[in-house]
Amino acid sequence: MLNRWLRNTTMATVLVLSPLPAWAQETPKQGGDVLITYKDDIATLDPAVGYDWVNWSMIKSLYSRLMDYTPGTPDLVPSLAETFDVSSDGLTYTFKLRKGVKFTNGRELVASDVKYSIERAVNPKTQGPGAGFFSAIKGYEDLSGGKTTTLEGIEAPDAATVVFHLSRPDATFLHVLAINFASVVPQEAVEAAGGDFGKKPVGSGTFVLKEWTIGQRLVFARNPDYFVKDMPHIDKFTVEVGQEPLVALLRLQKGEVDIAGDGIPPAKFLEIKNSPAGAQMIVDGDQLHTGYVTLNTKVKPFDNVKVRQAVNMAVNKERITRILNGRATPASQPLPPAMPGYDKSYAGYAYDVAKAKALLAEAGFPSGFQTVLYSTNTDPQPRIAQAIQQDLAAIGVKAEVRALAQSNVIAAGGTEGEAPMIWSGGMAWIADFPDPSNFYGPILGCSGAVSGGWNWSWYCNADLDKRAVAADSMSDPAKAAERAAVWGKIFTDIMADAPWIPVINERRVVAKSPRMGGSDKIYVDPTRVINYDAIYVKQ
Amino acid sequence: MRVLKSMLRQPSAMFGLIVVALVVLLALGAPLIAPYSPDDQMFDGLSLEGAPLPPSAQFLLGTDTLGRDLFSRLLFGARTSLIIGLVANGIAVGIGLMVGILSGYLRGPIGGLLMRFTDLMMAFPALLLAIVLAALLHPSLWIVAMVIALVNWVQVARIVYTETRGLVERDFILAERSLGAGHLRILFVHILPHLMPTAIVWGTLGIATTVLLEATLSFLGIGVQPPQPSWGNIIFESQSYFQAAPWLVFFPGAIILLTALSFNLVGDALRDILDPTQRGRG
Amino acid sequence: MALLVLRRLVQTALILLGVAAITFLLLYALPADPARMIAGRSATAQTVANIRRELGLDQPLLVQFWTYLQGILQGNLGRSYAQKTDVGALILARLPATLILMAAGIAVEVVLGLIFGIIAALRRGGVVDRVVMMASFVGVSAPQFVVALLLLYVFAVTLGWFPMSGFGTAAHVVLPAATLGILGAGWYARMVRSAMIDVLNQDYVRTARAKGLSSVRIVLRHALPNALLPIIAMIGIDIGQFMGGVVVVEAVYGWPGIGQLAWQAIQQVDIPIIMGVTLVSALAIVLGNLLADIIAPLIDPRIRAR
Repeated sequence: MLNRWLRNTTMATVLVLSPLPAWAQETPKQGGDVLITYKDDIATLDPAVGYDWVNWSMIKSLYSRLMDYTPGTPDLVPSLAETFDVSSDGLTYTFKLRKGVKFTNGRELVASDVKYSIERAVNPKTQGPGAGFFSAIKGYEDLSGGKTTTLEGIEAPDAATVVFHLSRPDATFLHVLAINFASVVPQEAVEAAGGDFGKKPVGSGTFVLKEWTIGQRLVFARNPDYFVKDMPHIDKFTVEVGQEPLVALLRLQKGEVDIAGDGIPPAKFLEIKNSPAGAQMIVDGDQLHTGYVTLNTKVKPFDNVKVRQAVNMAVNKERITRILNGRATPASQPLPPAMPGYDKSYAGYAYDVAKAKALLAEAGFPSGFQTVLYSTNTDPQPRIAQAIQQDLAAIGVKAEVRALAQSNVIAAGGTEGEAPMIWSGGMAWIADFPDPSNFYGPILGCSGAVSGGWNWSWYCNADLDKRAVAADSMSDPAKAAERAAVWGKIFTDIMADAPWIPVINERRVVAKSPRMGGSDKIYVDPTRVINYDAIYVKQ
Repeated sequence: MRVLKSMLRQPSAMFGLIVVALVVLLALGAPLIAPYSPDDQMFDGLSLEGAPLPPSAQFLLGTDTLGRDLFSRLLFGARTSLIIGLVANGIAVGIGLMVGILSGYLRGPIGGLLMRFTDLMMAFPALLLAIVLAALLHPSLWIVAMVIALVNWVQVARIVYTETRGLVERDFILAERSLGAGHLRILFVHILPHLMPTAIVWGTLGIATTVLLEATLSFLGIGVQPPQPSWGNIIFESQSYFQAAPWLVFFPGAIILLTALSFNLVGDALRDILDPTQRGRG
Repeated sequence: MALLVLRRLVQTALILLGVAAITFLLLYALPADPARMIAGRSATAQTVANIRRELGLDQPLLVQFWTYLQGILQGNLGRSYAQKTDVGALILARLPATLILMAAGIAVEVVLGLIFGIIAALRRGGVVDRVVMMASFVGVSAPQFVVALLLLYVFAVTLGWFPMSGFGTAAHVVLPAATLGILGAGWYARMVRSAMIDVLNQDYVRTARAKGLSSVRIVLRHALPNALLPIIAMIGIDIGQFMGGVVVVEAVYGWPGIGQLAWQAIQQVDIPIIMGVTLVSALAIVLGNLLADIIAPLIDPRIRAR
């Protein structure tokens, strides 16, 4: 079993190309209070419901799951699980739980809590968005279809053992057990909250919610009984909501705020970056993000692959990264560089106006055509859409920009034949977990090319779908590298059909006060956004 | 003619007239005056780090965050903003005046119904109404103007209603009525002229607010669609740059302010001239 | 009087019903799907269908509206789609902040408007009048965001006199209220001025003046009561606007009011919250108008006489 675990970690280290994080050498200080700001109010702290990038990291810290990630990395480690074993056919996962883990209401966490929590996440009554992640578990259809209230594929033979039976091999299953929807919650607390569990959370994570003043602040205090010694490092963090990012930055510069959660508004970025304290205040890290333009394969003339390839060559991605003050790098393929399977040797479609024009003429549009480019309406997205618009005009494609509210763009994208092109900025794909499969199904696979789906290219390639299923069946951790390569090939093959213009990989930029310690990586954690467990205060 | 003559006698009104005329001329002549195309995102319009450029000989008022010439955008933006200001505000004041007078003057079910409808419309939070209307209709210059008119007329109607009610009770109207004057005569000869100051105050002040509301709609993503420039979306695109690139806020802000001020000065002078109680009293 | 009040109450109820019906209809006509917004990106089609069913969004529109009305009659504004909690509680939690900001903002507006409006009217045509009127134009022509940020930058960041953002003490309310006051006072000043001038030119006032009554007495006894009518009408309008949310000012100063709640709900197509805020603001607007209509006869004896 240990052997298996070791192999698992080697699989994970394949993706860590970075040197040892700096905080490994510096001993984190214990104690201290931290103040963090966000613009939006926190919607909910119910792990089965919360699914936005602000509450994501808070839910991570309030609860624990069978699996988790080493802070600042995409490396899976057991968390509530002490050890685990995967059967050779990849259909049975057996977990042994840590002993003595307690919910913050004082009760000991047992195997049946794991079963209850996942069943709750799948149960339609919960209205949880993450139900589909658990679809490989046996009995999923019956529960999500409302026929039963339990999952036959989860067993808790004793208080310390959980067994999962899958209906098909799922190479991402360990990641699935590490996402928020798999957080373990105590049934009695859920029931006591009477539908308000999202406002009265009880878990077994590093922090406990102490205070929630709606519209103003949330106070999280250290969980003294957390099962890992000296975790977390800070005693308390306060989240102030409703704070305009620009004002948050001004407060941060004045030393009132420790972390500006929404990042640095474009207007402030260069000023802070070029200021003397800039280097200490800006954290700039890779995230699993790709910004792209979808080309609707069901709308003329984008049903013609040559047209799609032509517009791929027309976009000047370098200029767009400059508009973003260098906070992004040009993208060549759907996968971001930090994702396993990313093909470094694949160059994609180079920026070449002459060639684009020639291809367009070949496709029968020598003088271009008229189309519509959708975008969300928050800065800097309409600006990027306008940059793309100008690039397209250079090859004769007159795109009208429609900058709309995010919900309207999402609706247009999910309506067949509606949106010819969508710039994904502001809604762009940031991975749920660091696995390439997460970049396929909903946004490029046939299952997403349905009414109300997120595959806004309406691209459906049955052959690739088959290859995707095959890749996800390679659940033997020993084959991880091979599997990543298979996935990588799927994505570069997709680019032959060019349903997207992969435009940029945006880095995540966070501003923190100089007193905050720890490696940059934990402020731009690939799985948590901000890792509240690992940050600490220097003084 | 008499109006124009009176206006020319007042320096502030003349100043306003000149500025308004100048703005209109600049808007009409934008294609001739503008040094660049308003939509041209020039390669040398941004610094190497991607920052907008301050005013220089090449770019008179600097460039915006996409490397476009701000001066050219302001010129073309004047067209958009003037059209919206005049059209939207004209419709709003027109509807408001009509509904307000009728509901204030008419007794009985029709007046009541009109006023209840006004109350109903007024009970809507304006911003929400604008957002929903704009999301339902496809945002364009004319739709934006219409949405603004639909949101703004209610306030005018309410004020006009209140004033009409006050007027109806005034002695001279009561006297007219007792002398047997017809409704139309009372409405148009006696009430409407008294409401003209209000209509003009709203008509002029309204142009400024209309430009600002257009900006708010731009900010919410339901204004005039990019890249078409309007003063509203120019200032909203760059508002957070007030420290980093002050020219992006200062110039559009100043021109909005100056134009609004001028419309107000003109309106103010018109009010003095048109006010019937003022006429002949010098 | 009692009959009048009763009639107005019935009218109020009908207006609210009309607002609820129209808002409901418009929201459902929006090209956006609440279930999709909750489900997020990774959800399967079945998950979305499940969420839609659980929210009752698969029911016919009329059934949904009827269910909603039944809830309202029982004092239940429904549950937020995204926050999965009681809408009434969410609104109540933010109502005090909205009311405080509204009262403070209107107070600043009215005080500034009265002072400058009266001064301008009494000095009509003079330099003071011109300066005041110019200033009123500048106020009402300034973009909210710019004024808010400017005040914040000068008085909170640079001078440090007031906190930059937040809620709780009297110091917190100064900058947001001042922003609203500066932006809105111009309207009041102009209204007060034009109403005052109207009255000052009335024959009875001219007579009073001719009789040698002092300016202060004329203003207080004759001019001001008449100027109050449009002011009260303006306050009624302002209540509506402020209750609907002063999104930008709330956002800049981190003010936990209803505006921020509504704006976030609109983004998420969280229909129960949008409906709730709309109804609460509609109620406030209607009450504001009612107030104006009730107070008006008390001030103007000729209306009272009717």
